[in-house]
Amino acid sequence: MIRLVLGAFAALMLTGPVQAAVDIQEVTSPQGFEAWLVEEHSIPFGAIEIRFKGGASLDPEGKRGVINLMTALIEEGAGDMDARGFSEARDNLAASFTFEAYDDAVSVSARFLTENRDEAIALLREALVNPRFDEDAIERVRAQVLSNIRSDATDPNSIAGRAFDQLAFGDHPYATSRDGTVESVATLTRDDILAAHQAVLAQDRVYVGAAGDITAQELGQIMDTLLGDLPETGAPMPGPAEVGLTGGTTLVAFDTPQSGAIFGHEGIDRDDPDFFPAFLANEIFGGSGRQSRLSDEVREKRGLTYGVGTYLANYDHADLVIGQFASANDRMAQAIDVVRGEWARIANGAVTQEELDEIKTYLTGAYPLRFDGNGPIARIMVGMQMEGLTPDYITTRNDKVNAVTLDDVKRVAKRLYRPDALRFVVVGRPDGVENVN
Amino acid sequence: MRQFFAAIVPAFMAIALPVQAAEVTDFTLDNGLDVVVIEDHRAPAVVHMVWYRVGSADEPPGKSGIAHFLEHLMFKATDELASGELSETVARNGGSDNAFTSYDYTGYFQRIAADRLELVMRMEASRMDGLALVEDDIETERNVVIEERNQRIENDPGALFSEQRYAAQYLNHPYGTPVIGWKHEAHTLTLEDAVSFYEQHYGPNNAILVVAGDVEPDEVRRLAETYYGVIPPNPNVKPRERVAEPPQLAERRLVFSDPRVSDPYVVRTYLAPERDAGAQEDAAALTLLAQVLGGSPQTSVFAEKLNFGPPRAIYSGAWYQGRSLDDTTFGMAIVPREGMSLEEAEAAMDQAIAEFLEEGVDAEDLARIKMQIRSSEIYSLDDISNVANRYGSALTSGLTIEDIDAWIPALDAVTEEDIIAVARKVFDRRNAVTGYIMPQMETEVGQ
Repeated sequence: MIRLVLGAFAALMLTGPVQAAVDIQEVTSPQGFEAWLVEEHSIPFGAIEIRFKGGASLDPEGKRGVINLMTALIEEGAGDMDARGFSEARDNLAASFTFEAYDDAVSVSARFLTENRDEAIALLREALVNPRFDEDAIERVRAQVLSNIRSDATDPNSIAGRAFDQLAFGDHPYATSRDGTVESVATLTRDDILAAHQAVLAQDRVYVGAAGDITAQELGQIMDTLLGDLPETGAPMPGPAEVGLTGGTTLVAFDTPQSGAIFGHEGIDRDDPDFFPAFLANEIFGGSGRQSRLSDEVREKRGLTYGVGTYLANYDHADLVIGQFASANDRMAQAIDVVRGEWARIANGAVTQEELDEIKTYLTGAYPLRFDGNGPIARIMVGMQMEGLTPDYITTRNDKVNAVTLDDVKRVAKRLYRPDALRFVVVGRPDGVENVN
Repeated sequence: MRQFFAAIVPAFMAIALPVQAAEVTDFTLDNGLDVVVIEDHRAPAVVHMVWYRVGSADEPPGKSGIAHFLEHLMFKATDELASGELSETVARNGGSDNAFTSYDYTGYFQRIAADRLELVMRMEASRMDGLALVEDDIETERNVVIEERNQRIENDPGALFSEQRYAAQYLNHPYGTPVIGWKHEAHTLTLEDAVSFYEQHYGPNNAILVVAGDVEPDEVRRLAETYYGVIPPNPNVKPRERVAEPPQLAERRLVFSDPRVSDPYVVRTYLAPERDAGAQEDAAALTLLAQVLGGSPQTSVFAEKLNFGPPRAIYSGAWYQGRSLDDTTFGMAIVPREGMSLEEAEAAMDQAIAEFLEEGVDAEDLARIKMQIRSSEIYSLDDISNVANRYGSALTSGLTIEDIDAWIPALDAVTEEDIIAVARKVFDRRNAVTGYIMPQMETEVGQ
């Protein structure tokens, strides 16, 4: 049946994937800041994505959560505007600024109309360079952060993530939530927040992508305005994280009808020559873009979960291959057995040419569709720069995917997947699941 | 910093974006299929969607969840496709696909390179009248749906609370039944239930095709005639006539406790009019009321009166979803600071509203919100999938293209007085459900 219909569409399928239609310019500002730009003048607005490498991993000892709190406070008053004044000024311009702290970066996502761009950029500069960190704003946002921390403490998926990170990362900052704990956040002071601002938003770690109704010259001026008065250097990066995962199962008892599971072990570096074969192996095994093998076995054939997937988690200072799913308490044990069985099977190099061919057509066809809209393009470009890629990666990436052979995938699957090292963390009241070390 | 609060409020808290600035063409095929083409030639991609004018609110009694269960089963075999083949073929061509079910609609979509439009259209047409379910499909997929319910509802006390509140809000109308179905009924759905629902509601005369992206309307029409035009109208399809709410005469108050609740909070919803074809004025005023009262966490009335000054709320907000076939709700919530009871929080919220009704709408606040609404026309052009969604959801909720075009002018025409007037009309406690959610059954939480 499949062959019959594929035959009917052979002519359509022979056309091959489209090329990503993005033309990246590398821009250097008068003051020397670098950015990638895609000019797209058909809609009168622009998007800029700025990332400061380091992010929440730069939290000082005993101050876990300060960078997250600082980042949340950037929009709560700047220069001569208090929180409401800043919000009114931004909304009057119909601009949007989002500030987020991640494990390895603090991101600034800005969107602004061409008609009032200079005012929007000036406002964003005030937030980045002159945030006020007023005491009343600190207390208001601190209460919100504490509420989020309490909420995570009763959410099975968050509990699983915390427990897994703790096992994986030992005493590295990755081991704990970037939100901090109720205890650590309660003790953070305004001085801690000011210090975090100086340590994180610094010129020596900044990456910029922009897309939309902006020229290269305009972007240069924008970067000098936004970044020129930030500190030249910030805090040193943390060292590598030792991945401390061992094979076994960790059960965290929690009263809820459906158990959550996170599982995985050490992964593979983005710069490893085997990264592409590993990426394809994982897409076949547990990727999200098509019917992966895990999804087929756990969901489609057995109905044990609503969704299951795995991914290569490449932190700046650690690499994991991890996955996640949730199953009713009386079905979790069976689901774990299926996942462990599949982990062992792919670790034996059990991959077929047909699976590889299918994943290649999927990945190469899907790649150009990512570049949809100014915001997504700006974000993709920043991500590429932080990974050390060059703009021509966009045109060569599909060739790299197509160059991977079946032997490569089999060899790297054997290297990547290690059933003996596979650790499950399960949160819930699952029948027949016990701690195994 | 809204992570926790985002889990409380429905996803539609943002202002409904206008869409008419995009290049839009619409026509209807002889078999009744409505077609909307939205052009965006910036990237060689297309979004292809089919929306059916049927949702969970059209389910027969005792079969809650069948609309959504059928949506899952639509990925199984058809006369021409093997089970799972549609998604596999889309993926093989670098595309992605999925589906969704709501009270008033069920939608299926693919996002793929523009030169594969014909491929996905042919497959989507195949399941418009050719679904070929077998008994083997049923049990595993029902288990998947049960796990979906576990994940979305059973594992989330806030979602369980929301189900109870909706059930109390609607005395007679099926919006009181959850889209995913009550758990005890979801377990009993059968092949016959799914087939019967499919045969009753699916067909070109109950569907809207939305194609958005790098396409030309003439080519879309040619392809639509080829693949959808040959499907005969389904004679079983009837205009939707849902039961109406009786006058609501008694305020409802709910108390829900679950040990998995972290911070207690209060939610209130009022029954409220939806956007009606040709008459969207009240809905426009309610949309702006939600923004003025509880939109911005810094500058809304609630923010000013509850979050700032002597702070009483960790979070507060208000929301309204006007796009709905039948009567909708206007909602508000407050998560009180530690040490404040839910009764005190509710009283503070009510006092804020009473003051607002006396003081009126701040002209600068309203001007700022309108500026954002007008500008969202520009921003919305950057996300063509979102534009397609707004057409599909409006057209399956009793609105027309003309109503969609008239929405921004309607929002822009709302005055300060309109907002206060609609608030006085809708904020009638006889129409309201007020819910307290807390970790344990005590009324003096935090005292």
